Amino acid sequence: MTESTLTITSQSQLADAVFRESGQNVNLCYQCRKCAAGCPVSYAMDYRPAQLIHAIRLGADDLVLNSKTPWLCASCETCTTRCPQEVDVAKVMDAVKIIAVREGVKPPIPEVASFYRAALANIKKCGRMYELGMIVGLKLRTFDFFKDAGLGMKMFRKGKLKMIPSLTGARTTWKIFRRVKRFERKNQTT
Amino acid sequence: MNTRYAYYPGCSLHSTGSEYDVSFKAVCDKLGIGIQEIKGWICCGTSPAHCTSRLLSLALPYENLCLAEKMGMTDVVAPCAACFARLRTAIHEANEDPEIAGQISEALGKPLPKSVNVLSPLEIFSNGSGLEAAVARQLPELKVVCYYGCLLTRPSKVMQFDECEYPMAMDELLRSVGITTLEWSYKTDCCGGALAMTRTDVVLKLTRDIFEEAKTVGANAIAVGCPLCHVNLDTRQEEVEQEYDVQYGLPIFYFTQLMGLALGVPTDKLGLHKHFVSTDELLRSSSKGQLAAG
Repeated sequence: MTESTLTITSQSQLADAVFRESGQNVNLCYQCRKCAAGCPVSYAMDYRPAQLIHAIRLGADDLVLNSKTPWLCASCETCTTRCPQEVDVAKVMDAVKIIAVREGVKPPIPEVASFYRAALANIKKCGRMYELGMIVGLKLRTFDFFKDAGLGMKMFRKGKLKMIPSLTGARTTWKIFRRVKRFERKNQTT
Repeated sequence: MNTRYAYYPGCSLHSTGSEYDVSFKAVCDKLGIGIQEIKGWICCGTSPAHCTSRLLSLALPYENLCLAEKMGMTDVVAPCAACFARLRTAIHEANEDPEIAGQISEALGKPLPKSVNVLSPLEIFSNGSGLEAAVARQLPELKVVCYYGCLLTRPSKVMQFDECEYPMAMDELLRSVGITTLEWSYKTDCCGGALAMTRTDVVLKLTRDIFEEAKTVGANAIAVGCPLCHVNLDTRQEEVEQEYDVQYGLPIFYFTQLMGLALGVPTDKLGLHKHFVSTDELLRSSSKGQLAAG
């Protein structure tokens, strides 16, 4: 085996998939680890952002798609802002979640996935976020009925939560959701 | 009122962050800035959208920009930092990539507006001059740290707002109405955002760090420009105190509430009663200080 065949390797399929989903080229990463150093949530992650990027480059699909890291990302964009190679790390986190869901991987932090689903279902139906409905939707998905019950009651008493949804724009959001879904389905099959 | 802006309140300002809505409007009123709410606006999709579908996360904000254009407006003001970020991101991504712009247009079933600007209230208030002259009430006891959070300034390439690691826009605005703001190093640290709904432990740790630093530099209040930051810092402050066995008692103001106070908006017209951490004592001591000085 010559040296050239050793060094010229095609990028992993996972890196390709991340690129298609987000336009981000993880191969630009040179592991300076600024993203990991600045991440406020990295202490709770199983792999630091820089490690996850490296795993994507290696094509370690199982590790990446089952990692808690992207599901703990708070989308604060510190990593994206500080990356010297201008890799939008937060967008890579989004892409990994989108790919994992598409591949049918069970989300490693199910309550976060439930929150996304509850929130989007709510926006689709109501046009604007109807917090009370979203909270009920989340609880029906997580079965954690007592979490923040006291806090919710106090917010309600303070008039911070609406009793009735506005439904303004509900038809518009419903249409947009449907068209986006149709577009994404069409794109996946081609 | 010549200056006219299309006003995009976003979902939070109609519910959990209604204080921001009323105080923003009150300040606009005082300063003679004309705003008109976008008719039929919809949710910007916030984090759940961009974590689930890139196209959805760009199409939802763009619908609102189309609605603003329909009203004949080109400048949209979005007080919520998350909405502000999503609206600016949508414009940025459509400008960068004509293919994605085409997809957004297809998802909305209409052409995208050619020229729309999205602005934060911090930008529209600092554009106007004569703020010093409009000050009607001194607040000498206040020692405020400005907490910008994540989404006003990041990612800097997209947001093009102030200095991303150490912004000063809110400090300068509050200083121009006579309020003391302090230097501190947690201006743009994350509060955990929507993780409060699912991983509250993370939010309690991150907000504790923010409170600790605020206390260390001698602040007696925190000013914010994001309804999610406000919920995490105000409504969950008691939970943080219990979890870590500490006492902070730090009132969290929207910067528009502080501006409103300085510009002479009556205290009961700024939604202060909706706060979990009471602002009464701090504002009473402020009035007393003023009387003594006078």
